[in-house]
Amino acid sequence: MSQSRTYDCVVVGAGIVGAACAMHLARDGFSVTIVDERGVATGTTAAGMGHIVVMDDSDAQFALTEYSQRLWDEFALTLPADCDHENCGTIWVAADGEELAEARRKHDFYKTRGVRSEMLDEKTLREAEPNLREGLAGGLLVPGDSVVYQPRAAAEFVDDAIRNGAETIFGRRVVMVTNGGIEFENGDRINAGNVVVAAGIGSCDLVAGVRIRRKKGHLVITERYPDFVSHQIVELGYLKSAHSSALDSVAFNVQPRATEQVLIGSSRQYDIDDPAVDYEILGRMTRRAFEYMPALANLAAVRVWTGFRPATDDNLPLIGRHPEMPNVFLAAGHEGLGITTSAGTAAIIADLIAGHEPAIDASPYDPARIF
Amino acid sequence: MSESIKAEVVIVGAGPAGLCAATGPVVASRSVVLIDDNPRPGGQIWRAEKGRTEDLAGRMIHKLSEHENFRRMPGTHVFGIDGNSLLCESPGGDVRVEFEKLIIATGARELLLPFPGWTLPNVFGAGGLQALVKGGLDVSGKRIVIAGTGPLLLAVAYYLRSKGANVVLIAEQAPRSRILRFGLGLWRSPLKLVEAVWYSAKLLTTRSVYDSYVVRAEGDERLRSVTVRIGAKTETIECDMLGVGFHLVPNTELAELLGCEIRNGAVVVDEFQRTTVENVWCAGEPTGISGLESSLLEGTIAGSSAMGAPDSGRFLRRNRRIRRIADRMNRCYELREELRRLADNATIVCRCEDATFGEMSKFDGFRAAKLQTRCGMGACRGRICGSASRFLFGWEADSARPPIFPVRVSSLAGED
Repeated sequence: MSQSRTYDCVVVGAGIVGAACAMHLARDGFSVTIVDERGVATGTTAAGMGHIVVMDDSDAQFALTEYSQRLWDEFALTLPADCDHENCGTIWVAADGEELAEARRKHDFYKTRGVRSEMLDEKTLREAEPNLREGLAGGLLVPGDSVVYQPRAAAEFVDDAIRNGAETIFGRRVVMVTNGGIEFENGDRINAGNVVVAAGIGSCDLVAGVRIRRKKGHLVITERYPDFVSHQIVELGYLKSAHSSALDSVAFNVQPRATEQVLIGSSRQYDIDDPAVDYEILGRMTRRAFEYMPALANLAAVRVWTGFRPATDDNLPLIGRHPEMPNVFLAAGHEGLGITTSAGTAAIIADLIAGHEPAIDASPYDPARIF
Repeated sequence: MSESIKAEVVIVGAGPAGLCAATGPVVASRSVVLIDDNPRPGGQIWRAEKGRTEDLAGRMIHKLSEHENFRRMPGTHVFGIDGNSLLCESPGGDVRVEFEKLIIATGARELLLPFPGWTLPNVFGAGGLQALVKGGLDVSGKRIVIAGTGPLLLAVAYYLRSKGANVVLIAEQAPRSRILRFGLGLWRSPLKLVEAVWYSAKLLTTRSVYDSYVVRAEGDERLRSVTVRIGAKTETIECDMLGVGFHLVPNTELAELLGCEIRNGAVVVDEFQRTTVENVWCAGEPTGISGLESSLLEGTIAGSSAMGAPDSGRFLRRNRRIRRIADRMNRCYELREELRRLADNATIVCRCEDATFGEMSKFDGFRAAKLQTRCGMGACRGRICGSASRFLFGWEADSARPPIFPVRVSSLAGED
């Protein structure tokens, strides 16, 4: 017990979720410290795509992503330019008539909930993205979606927190979370009125009973090809092939970076700890991408990497109070949507800690459901 | 993959170390594949001048090629590792090369350090400039400053003069006294001494200064002059080109990708050139900069060891001695502190991503700097700024990621 400073809030994890929580809490006037063994945005955050997207898998997922996107649009007004926040929109590509029907269903879903979207036919799809192959049935354009360079954005959130008085402790490993604070490897403690566990896949090691599985993914980034793609493009088979299956899967997903590079995804593999590139699934992933966008094959790839999405059993994040440790809050398990949902998560956590009613119904994300 | 091949011994790099590594196993009738990213053999050091074919590397390749169990893959980039297979992009398509034993002989590259103006057109690496001239760049009548450190400077200056260049200055950052002391110590290695004396004699009429370094390069759309610190004075010298290199750094990317232990920027090996990964050997410059003779010996030692032949104590002893000389030489050309402070906040350190010294210096490690400034994320994969950062900031490079060289996305897919 050599160290015993007391804060209103300690945030464990400086990925995008922890960074956003720290920013919110510090802005709300709490004394905050954010701790991370490896610094800002070094884990899943760094490995992801930076897609800010409204999703429609379930009403709960829609509510969180839609709320989050509105918050991101507010951040975007003040984010530094090098965070590369760009409102490029998402195109959901329908390969055939069945998927086009799915696009229409999605269109209606968004429409009834006030999210703008626009049906594309074969011709308007190709006009929007000339590098897509001919013969695709059409798609759905969701113009409100954005992309962001998420490691910079996370660092900006931390800097924002610091400007509002927050402190950082990097390079030290937290080994225990209790109702009154955290403990480091060497036994040092930090006392806090509230502990926010935003440690992604590491959260299970800190809070007993939390189950978060690793869903490994691969990404490829190319050299610079100006105007090769203009929107985030995702195949509509995505939901069928990747989200809802327990098997390894790949899906076509490309993103235009502000650097004029093209980011190519995506793959999903469960419960693998080895971060090495798996050429078998990488081959499947890239070949899937060529089926939609054949010209990708001839671009030069500069880097391939992998990352681990923190997946919960019910595909919804854990956001809220621990049922047995009332001063411990979970903000983890955001799977592949953490960049988007970090914003809503932070707002909910800040509201709960301040004793306010969150702006959206937070009960679907309540961690109590897993204990 | 369009093609899949298999060999008992696979060697990456057809420079002196790789060629020597191939010889033993080839003669002993083992199946050997020799991969090199350049169309012509010899590595940076031996690569023959354009048009000349009767060079040493060419003769060695010719000899090796008389054996049916030898296969050469020139112009082939190893970009990734999949288990015991090297994933390669070659002129004829993608090839997957499975090895039983692997010998890494990937050589070294020039260390480039940032200073104001180093990104101006007509500022080159010293060795890079030599390579360009070998490739056909005309330098006749051009006023050229050669600067930096290491024995390469004299060789480059000599070569450029032989091509008609007007080498107006050779600026070596190391103190003359240290180099003289080292030179005298070379009596035990007459070959090196003869070489040094020979270059010095040939360059007698070229202005050559020690304790000196380029402080900045000036110009608008191209280089006009360089400002050089010479001892206690500063002098501005008009010139058309600047070749500036700070000795060599080992190419360790392939070894890193395989998981070999790297220490102080070099691949860790035992005296038989075995790395810390089973069935993987490493020879020559990647194990620490020690020059041609050591590369020849280590290649031979690695080749013998990889095929399980009895070792030659004589080679091992000789290599130990050369390594000691090399260590002395590397100390002799140790970089001076002032070089860490040449860049100002606006000086670009990562040329691929335009990350500046000012932006990068805010961070406490390469990975954090990389994530926030994108340094090292470009097509050169941090080969330049990563090595520079090691010297400037004391940062270890971020973990290696495939592909080692940019490749077509279709090569990653395993199809053409």
